Order: sequence, then C-alpha cells, then structure tokens
Amino acid sequence: MNIISFFEKNGMITSFLIIAIIMLIAEQISTRLLRKKIPGSAIAILLGLLLAYYGGMITGGEKGIADIPLFSGFKLVGGSMFRDFCIVSTALGVSFPVMIQAGKAGIISLILGLGVSFIVGICVGLAFGYHDAESLATIGAGTLTFIVGPVTGSALGASSDVIALSVATGVVKAIVVTVFTPLIASKIKLDNPHAAMVFGGLMGTTSGVAAGLAATDQKLVPYGALTATFYTGLGCLLCPSVFYLALKALM
Amino acid sequence: MLIYGLGLLAFSYLAGQLFGDFLGEMIGVQANVGGVGFAMLLLVLLHNYFQKKQWVKAQFDEGIGFWSNMYIPVIVAMSASQNALLAFNKGVLPIVAGTLIVIIGFALVPVISSIKTTHS
Repeated sequence: MNIISFFEKNGMITSFLIIAIIMLIAEQISTRLLRKKIPGSAIAILLGLLLAYYGGMITGGEKGIADIPLFSGFKLVGGSMFRDFCIVSTALGVSFPVMIQAGKAGIISLILGLGVSFIVGICVGLAFGYHDAESLATIGAGTLTFIVGPVTGSALGASSDVIALSVATGVVKAIVVTVFTPLIASKIKLDNPHAAMVFGGLMGTTSGVAAGLAATDQKLVPYGALTATFYTGLGCLLCPSVFYLALKALM
Repeated sequence: MLIYGLGLLAFSYLAGQLFGDFLGEMIGVQANVGGVGFAMLLLVLLHNYFQKKQWVKAQFDEGIGFWSNMYIPVIVAMSASQNALLAFNKGVLPIVAGTLIVIIGFALVPVISSIKTTHS
C-alpha cells in the first residue's frame, strides 16, 4: 500500500487535519512565546505563506504547498470556492444601517483604489525602464490584483514576461496586505465596519483583504469583502479600456 | 434542521456567484463582478424573511455558523497554496510596486474613512 497515495485520495480530510495542526502550533506560539501580542490566526496565515514558499521551491509549481501530493487537498480547501463560501456565511453578522452609512465612502474608496493602484504600477514600470503603453498598462493592472494583470495583459497583447511580472506584483500585494494589516490596523483606525469597507475598496485583493482582516478582527471580514468583491471585476473592465486609452492619450 | 441552513447558504452562494458571472459577461470582462457581495445580500434578506415566517428552527443557523467559523482555517489553506515563490523570484519590480501600493492604501484608509453619509 502506498501511504502517500492514500493521503492524496483523502486529500480534503488530510488537509483538515494538517490545518488543525498548523492552527494548534500557531496558537501555542502566540500564547507561549509572544504573550498574545500577535494573534494566533495571524501566525497561522504566516506559517501558511512559509509553507507556500517551501512548496514552490520543492516542486516549482504554482500552487504552493498544494503541489506536494500529501498536501493536494489544500487546492480544494484553499481554493476560491471554499474561500468565497466562508465569506458569504459571515454575512449573517452584518448590519444594514452600518453598510448603508458606509456606502458612499465605500464607493469612493473603490474608485480611488482602482485608479491609484494603476497609476502607482505605471510609475514603477516607468522607473524600471518600460515605455510602451501595453507593458505599462499590464504592470499597472497587476498592481490592482493578480487576476486583473494577466486579463489586461492578454487583452492588450503584452509579452508573457510582462504578464508574469504583473501576476507577481499582484501576489506581492496580497502577501503584504496579509502580513501587515493586523500589525498596522490600530494605527490606521481599522477597527470598525465603516473603515473595513473603505479598506476593502482601497486594497481590493480579495485574498489579501480576507486574510488581513481575518487576522485583525473576524467581525470585520464581511464588510471588507463586500467592497473588495467588486474590485477585480471592475478592474478587468477598466484597465484594458478606459485606463489604457487614458494612458495612451497621455503618452 | 442543520441542512436547511446549509442549503440556504448554498443557494445564496450559487445565485450570487451566477449573477456575478452573468454581470461580468454582460459588460464583457473575463471575471466575476460582485458575486460574493450579491450572495451576502441575498443570504441576509432571505434569512430575515425565513425568520419572519418562523422557518428558522433549532440548528438552522448552525449550518451557516459552522462555515463562518471555518473561515480562518480556509484562509490558512489559501495562503499555503499561494504562488509565494513567484512573488520573490521575479526581481525587484513586483516587490516595489506591490509594497508601495499597500503603503499608500494604508495611508488612505483613515482619510477616506472620515467620509460618512449623514442623514440631515
């Protein structure tokens, strides 16, 4: 009997067990070593990222630790279906009055988040010596999320090298948001539903926002997700069209 | 019954995502537009309606609550299956752009948060 293929066959259940062990280790590190200064969930997410890096190094694949057969269940449990399903389930705790009150700020943050990300991406692209509108727009789009980058790049016919750069930029953004949100939350007053909606609109990367808020305060998750869920779709709409044409007109 | 709660959650999820995909196709993008948001809205509205009709009986909410408690473990699994290697082996540009935008975003949160819709 092949023990690895046994775990692979029971991938989803195996991943439940492994995640439980990761959570347990993270909780112990948080209480015993750090005296609860950093929440256990934040450490667990960080451990997850380290595993992802390790998995990528071993296999050279794109799915982090999930490319190792023993951990193959992570593809399902850590995929967008489970993630979105859990986000939707948190909605029962939301308050409509608060959502409506934050509506205007949420929409402004969404528009600003899309625009500013694109401009920052272009500025960095220029600084690194890219001068054609297609490459710059693709890098700008990657600064939105790692989905908008390749969608825009292939629509505009950017080179695969630039598309890879844009994906990497989006992944870096998601990781930086994940790691630093719980550390900086109190300094930027990210402690209420209103601010969480603004945060979701400004950052937009669902993975980053979801993980960052989870590690900060789980109650804020649905509010952040509510605005972030529009970000990637709107980005895919605006980047290859309005934003690209505006950039081209300026050059 | 627990499964009815789970069923309601599944229905809201599917309907919302379907609408998000449909909306994306309608405006011509290869992405889901607001699917999770519509699903959340639908879940809250339907749950309120069910409560009024007194259909929400024992354990109904646990079928939904279980999944909101599974949220962090799922996020841990998600971060473990990110393409973290790519983020650090594509040179300096992704690190600079990806970090810079997050710093700017953090700085903007308190500024935009001060905008409130007032009813006066």
